[in-house]
Amino acid sequence: MDLIRFQKVTKKYKNGVTAVNDISLSIEKGDFVFVIGSTGCGKSTLIKMLYREERPTSGKIIVGGIDVAKLKNWRVFKIRRKIGVVFQDFKLLSKLTVYENVAFALEIFGLPKSQIYNRVMKVLDLVGLKSKAKQYPTQLSGGEQQRVAIARAIVNEPKLLICDEPTGNLDEDTSMEIMNVLDEINKLGTTIIMVTHDTEIVEKMKKRVILLDSGRILKDYEKGTYVHESN
Amino acid sequence: MKAIRIFGRNIRDAFKSVFRNFSLSFASISCITITLLVVSIAVILSYNVNNFTKLVEKDVTIVTFLDTKTTDEVANEYLEKIKFIDGVESVEYKSKIEIAEEMMESSEEYNNIMSEWKKDGEWIRDEIPLQPTLQVKAASLTKIDGIADQIRKLDEEKETIKVVQYGEDMVKQLISLFDIVRKISIGMVVALILVTAFLISNTIKITIFSRKKEIEIMRLVGASNLNIKIPFIFEGLFLGILGSIIPIIITTYGYVAIFKNFDGQLFSPFIRLIAPEPFIYLVSGILLLIGMVVGMFGSLVAVRKHLKI
Repeated sequence: MDLIRFQKVTKKYKNGVTAVNDISLSIEKGDFVFVIGSTGCGKSTLIKMLYREERPTSGKIIVGGIDVAKLKNWRVFKIRRKIGVVFQDFKLLSKLTVYENVAFALEIFGLPKSQIYNRVMKVLDLVGLKSKAKQYPTQLSGGEQQRVAIARAIVNEPKLLICDEPTGNLDEDTSMEIMNVLDEINKLGTTIIMVTHDTEIVEKMKKRVILLDSGRILKDYEKGTYVHESN
Repeated sequence: MKAIRIFGRNIRDAFKSVFRNFSLSFASISCITITLLVVSIAVILSYNVNNFTKLVEKDVTIVTFLDTKTTDEVANEYLEKIKFIDGVESVEYKSKIEIAEEMMESSEEYNNIMSEWKKDGEWIRDEIPLQPTLQVKAASLTKIDGIADQIRKLDEEKETIKVVQYGEDMVKQLISLFDIVRKISIGMVVALILVTAFLISNTIKITIFSRKKEIEIMRLVGASNLNIKIPFIFEGLFLGILGSIIPIIITTYGYVAIFKNFDGQLFSPFIRLIAPEPFIYLVSGILLLIGMVVGMFGSLVAVRKHLKI
């Protein structure tokens, strides 16, 4: 079953730039998909439209049965609760501990403390940071910080995890660690869409790959068929 | 349960934020304190002025002098007519004889003069040159002018009703004085409230900017607009409540002290102050309410302007 469906989606910015041009695409539940392409090819815009940070100029974007493009502003939070997002710059709150950073995503929904504790410790365990729950983000390495961000993104048990260059600031080994964590999460049933520049990782992971160029899909590689062409 | 937990979290966040930006919060609280002190003075003043107005109203009487030849029957006819004028509370008729008797009692000199109008201890009605009167009490000061006019109209040829008198000048002066006092205090209160609301909105604006990242993450993890906005509104509310504490204390103790010091009256026994209880509770309630509303309003302005979600 399709979790995500783009139907003839176009996004033109006010300055006249067409970031996404007539893209149609579907992603199945439980998939792990990479979106790659050169800078400015529209990959960030594509995923921003998924969690309704941007609105398409035309076309439909169906996520879990909801047309995100039509969603009213005040209802956007409903879709956000079903989607976890991870960024290149982690976006952690430095005044809060690792535990508090992850719990933050649950507290605003008014969950009881014991339930918050159980769920936070479970995801921290999943990303391998259970022992660092009481530390502050600044005391952690980049890879660890990214894992905290991932923990926060999945603590709500979202159906979809969107990763915008999650390894962009990390070295090769750390990047692979993050990829392994993401792979784990994917295996537990969460659909993952990841935007990246790092074609080496993409090749190693052997997942479905969508190559964008100038806002259009240049090529849609089946699982395991992508081979990095070095220039 | 869930709603209570969210509510509790909002309150905790708001409270934390008040202390996190303490210097700013302190400025806002001080401003609310000063505003509310002025509001307190204005409220106390205008309530007392109102009270005094009512006291004066009770004493103001329109005296209608009738022609000296007026018979009791004619006077009573007019009394019935005046009774039905809008705003008239009561009308009392005093005949020549009654007036003469009152005057005789009041001084020896009058007694000597007036005894000439008597024969064998009986009044000779036609000898008395005094004018019988109708004493009219109005329900409120503001209606006095109108009532006087209407009474004059009852007898435009002035055959019976000769003069209608009520100390216009004194009453008018008093009314305009009260009005000025009230207007000035309302003007000052409004101006100060606006300034305070602006300051609070500024404090909240800075809080919003300092928590930009937090707000961004909240949005990202699916906090609803209300989830994000409510802690800021609570923060404004807290600033308002904290700012009203000192004015309430000063008002309560200050008013009681003033009341005792002046023995409950100002300048003359005419101007009685309102008794402290339950008046101070009312004023305290008003101060708290204004503090809360101003705090919330200021914060609402900032949230609407700077928290685009």
